[in-house]
Amino acid sequence: MSQTHFQLFNLPQTFAIDLAALDTQYRRLQSEVHPDRFASASDAEKRQSLQLATQANDAYQTLKNPLQRGRYLLQLKGIDTLEESNTAMPTVFLIQQMEWRETIEDAQNVAQLEVLQQELRDGTKALQTKLEAALDQNNDDKAATEAVRQLSFMDKLLTEIDSAIEQHDN
Amino acid sequence: MAYSDKVLDHYENPRNVGVLDKNDDHVGTGMVGAPACGDVMKLQIRVNDDGVIEDAKFKTYGCGSAIASSSLVTEWLKGKNLDQAMTIKNSDIAEELALPPVKIHCSVLAEDAIKAAIADLKQKQAIEV
Repeated sequence: MSQTHFQLFNLPQTFAIDLAALDTQYRRLQSEVHPDRFASASDAEKRQSLQLATQANDAYQTLKNPLQRGRYLLQLKGIDTLEESNTAMPTVFLIQQMEWRETIEDAQNVAQLEVLQQELRDGTKALQTKLEAALDQNNDDKAATEAVRQLSFMDKLLTEIDSAIEQHDN
Repeated sequence: MAYSDKVLDHYENPRNVGVLDKNDDHVGTGMVGAPACGDVMKLQIRVNDDGVIEDAKFKTYGCGSAIASSSLVTEWLKGKNLDQAMTIKNSDIAEELALPPVKIHCSVLAEDAIKAAIADLKQKQAIEV
């Protein structure tokens, strides 16, 4: 791919992002490559427009999500966050993760889960702030990689707490 | 996801779930995590004065394969010395449990947990001496 997701939407290659601009650019691009416009076009043109529509979708999903955006920015710098193969994480972080999972497991009611949910959201926000500073201000790839890896855990936890709350509701 | 019978067995009847006293000089604690799936694994070993592992406990939050991998290695670790324990490979775990390729990282997690627990123990005992 010659064009980055940022270039596709005419956006600066930074973690901080203008989500309204992203939405506008995405909609503009989607209407440009809409299949209706290519009803009478050649097969090659149809294929190309479909390809661009797919790329626009991927790019939009990636850039909209802070974790995926951070990971993608590191990828563009040639850095792999090794989320499958590198299992070394700060012990303090892992202990905290265990405690949070125990809390989810032991929660008696939705109110307790919602307290934790708020804590997790705050923790996620704090990590996103760290990630932004590491990528946009400090050019600190190591800190950015660590933040992405930790955010990945937070993402999973937030999904788990959502389903735990749902289960208690039923 | 279809789990193998061995995974199901360990998942339904996990061996050696629990904690050892992490402040005990004979206890090594290893904690690892896989960002890709959000799994967290704590593995503890206790060695006797001859350096043989006499007990192993684990606590894992994760999928069935991660729980089975840690349960299996606690069984394997007992009776081994540290050098023997270091030779346990993720591929052995994956093979024993018939893990599919997408779950190989669960066995990597278990191997890394063993190494982390041994490193913790060695560090403790070195400081002690």
